[in-house]
Amino acid sequence: MSLPAFADLLERLIFTPGRNAKLALLRRWFATQPDPDRGIGLAAIAGELSFTLAKPSIIRELAAGRTDPELLAMSHDYVGDLAETVALIWPEADPRPNRPPPDLSEVVETLELAAKADIPRIMADWLDVLDAGGRLALIKLVTGGLRVGVSARLARQALADWAKTPVEEIEEVWHGIPVPYRPLFDWLEGRAERPDPKDVPVFRPPMLAQPLETADIAALDHTAYRAEWKWDGVRVQVSAGPGGARLWSRTGEDYSAAFPEIMDSLDFHAVLDGELLVMREGEVAPFADLQQRLNRKVVGPKMLREYPAGLRLYDMLFDGTEDLRPLPFDTRRERLEAWFARVKPRAMDLSPQVAFVSLDQLSALRDGARAAGIEGLMLKRGDSPYVAGRPKGLWWKWKRVPLSVDAVLMYAQRGHGKRSSTYSDYTFGLWRQDENGGRELVPVGKAYSGYTDQELVWLDRWIRNHTTGRFGPVREVEKELVLEVVFDAAQLSGRHKSGVAMRFPRISRLRQDKPAAEADLLETLMAMVENRPEA
Amino acid sequence: MPPHPDTWLRVLPQGLFCEPGDFYIDPQAGVHRAVVSHGHSDHARPDQAAVLGTPETLAIMTARLGEGRAGRTQQPLTYGHSIEQNGVRITLVPAGHVLGSAQVVLEWQGSRVVVSGDYKRQPDPTCEPFQPVACDVFVTEATFALPVFQHPPAQAEMKRLLESVALFPERAHLVGCYALGKCQRLIAELRRAGYERPIYLHGAQASMCALYERFGIGLGALLPVPRPAKRGETVLAGEIVLAPPSAESNPWSRRLADPVTAVASGWMRVRQRAKARGVELPLVVSDHADWPDLLDTIEEVGAPEVWVTHGREDALIYALAQRGVRGRALHLLGREEDEVEADVAEAVQAEAAGA
Ligand SMILES: [Zn+2]
Ligand SMILES: [Zn+2]
Repeated sequence: MSLPAFADLLERLIFTPGRNAKLALLRRWFATQPDPDRGIGLAAIAGELSFTLAKPSIIRELAAGRTDPELLAMSHDYVGDLAETVALIWPEADPRPNRPPPDLSEVVETLELAAKADIPRIMADWLDVLDAGGRLALIKLVTGGLRVGVSARLARQALADWAKTPVEEIEEVWHGIPVPYRPLFDWLEGRAERPDPKDVPVFRPPMLAQPLETADIAALDHTAYRAEWKWDGVRVQVSAGPGGARLWSRTGEDYSAAFPEIMDSLDFHAVLDGELLVMREGEVAPFADLQQRLNRKVVGPKMLREYPAGLRLYDMLFDGTEDLRPLPFDTRRERLEAWFARVKPRAMDLSPQVAFVSLDQLSALRDGARAAGIEGLMLKRGDSPYVAGRPKGLWWKWKRVPLSVDAVLMYAQRGHGKRSSTYSDYTFGLWRQDENGGRELVPVGKAYSGYTDQELVWLDRWIRNHTTGRFGPVREVEKELVLEVVFDAAQLSGRHKSGVAMRFPRISRLRQDKPAAEADLLETLMAMVENRPEA
Repeated sequence: MPPHPDTWLRVLPQGLFCEPGDFYIDPQAGVHRAVVSHGHSDHARPDQAAVLGTPETLAIMTARLGEGRAGRTQQPLTYGHSIEQNGVRITLVPAGHVLGSAQVVLEWQGSRVVVSGDYKRQPDPTCEPFQPVACDVFVTEATFALPVFQHPPAQAEMKRLLESVALFPERAHLVGCYALGKCQRLIAELRRAGYERPIYLHGAQASMCALYERFGIGLGALLPVPRPAKRGETVLAGEIVLAPPSAESNPWSRRLADPVTAVASGWMRVRQRAKARGVELPLVVSDHADWPDLLDTIEEVGAPEVWVTHGREDALIYALAQRGVRGRALHLLGREEDEVEADVAEAVQAEAAGA
């Protein structure tokens, strides 16, 4: 009964907005499903299964052979998604054939061995014994369209919660074990030792920094710390060796395929920690440029030319097979520099250390650094080993003082999960001259954090009492309420109507005291933009 | 030769009009004489001078519209009985849609038309099952007239609901459903599935449940949704709450413990639709005929001609043509396409009234 059970799981995951509810659904899957199906289901959700022969065109042809073409077209038009249309419209045989629905493992094994010409018949036989949910799960599974809103990281977290094992321990072995992860389940259920990934590159959970608050600064012995710039890119880990090479995000998402220029340079044996950036002649481009690359799974030559990615290194976890993580930060830094000088890897450079004699000096440096690509400073204890997670007091991130504007609330939208009855997402705008010499509000950003619980309650009530229009879940409100919005950076953007994008905007204060007419102008925000073309 | 039905049944702005009988069926505005198929607001409009319907439908109209607005004179007619109106014979036959819902069978000079109102063929413990009547013209709805609509058995959907309740004992389950019909059917189906705990009701649902019970439909223990004892606390973790659709977006729902929002409707069959509504647990339970039931019913009544009142008439008429049945779209105004949205207005009123 495994494919129907898997269909149930997918169905619930797709509609469940809450992280905790998703974790509960996945835990139940691990606890109740037999091997190897639970592992195959896990792989499917984590995006680690793919079939090459079963194309969407096969599904379309199958459906066309069983239904009236006109009715199929009307239905497709109504439903929108082809896989779902076929799953819903597939005529059920009455009585249903007296065969059990396939197990997940049967689906995987059969499709791996099948000749291409046999696939339509095999699929049809399965579709005949499934209900609509099962048919949709099967079609999405084999044509590769499972989108259930669960990251591989969340799936591993559920595995960790279910097995009462730290997720870091699972992540260290995860990438070395093939689907359906039998050795993993054997270990988690106490039947076997922890699997040894040997040479296969595995993800090492990274060491994270805590935000440095004003209260912490006084207690800081600055001589114990080293400073580096905090780059506005994406934290990544590269792992290369005789067993292959990988590029991971800081949550263990595999970026390898999207950054071929980095992968090309991984002809060494080491595990490195650094920042993924778009760099042009050593200059860091704004985050928006990196986003162009992150948004796509495959990149063409034009992308590679216009948005060249590089890696700025700041730590070394393994040198060959030697685990450097227990060593102090200063020693690892020396090893990294020596290794870098020796290997001279392409598409990489070293993140420089920033010299300072006092925290005051460092603070001035931090606030002076408005260059694109710098978010602030990192402070790392010279004697800190590399510890997975967010250990207290070893690494600090010290972001520069955020920028701020006073904007006018324009639209509000209900949140998800616990916030589904509350208007908690806000679109705000700034003033600009219109063609007739008057002033109009232009939306400049969206924020859904920063406010307190009391402010949220107040905002929700205000929005309900000042609604002027509704579009689905969105309410347009009277343009009367001023919000103080803080953000980390402003960058030019062709994708925004205002021409400017804000990084991490959040609501810092409600300015009920301020008339909307006195909110800021778009020009004010424009003046904060970092990536202005040189005049 | 008996007269063709289009010579004595016409579509007027107010609705379907029987000329020799001088009455409307389910008119959209107040008229001098109306035959009403069932109590839903898109069929039973206020301020008719004279209304004919089943005793259940008349009681529902009085409950929904208020004493003064549910017909100046009400004439009850029980299932299977007939009366004559200016030579037109009127018989009410069960439609299986909600309590009291009827097909209006009209006979004049040897010609017979069945105006089926809204109907379904799935079993429903809260109302009499649909009875097919052979006729010359069958007038049908087409709410779910696309082959993608095939409603699963209600018991299978109840099983999914109860599994979810077991999986999330720390959360309330808030099921959005139409106050008339769907709500009571869900309760009865939950009881059939062995669920014996009290079921909690939003104020908008309670009065209709009481009416069903007066007509002998047992629904078990029903309780109003309590207020939390203290500010900031929530109630009804692990319990099932029935409320009008969209109640989850009202501040009212904040008193419930981290609710799983479910909606019971035939539209939930299509994911995009369920996703767009932000439903966490879509339950495909409908009081309308699905695609196979529409086609089977039309075959059973054997009518050579079918008139389609509202819904996806294009697909249905296309499919009928292939079966040699003549189809005609009536384009009746005012029918609710969406059984879920139909209830929102009533729910908002109920909330305003302090429910
Ligand atoms: Zn109805
Ligand atoms: Zn209706």
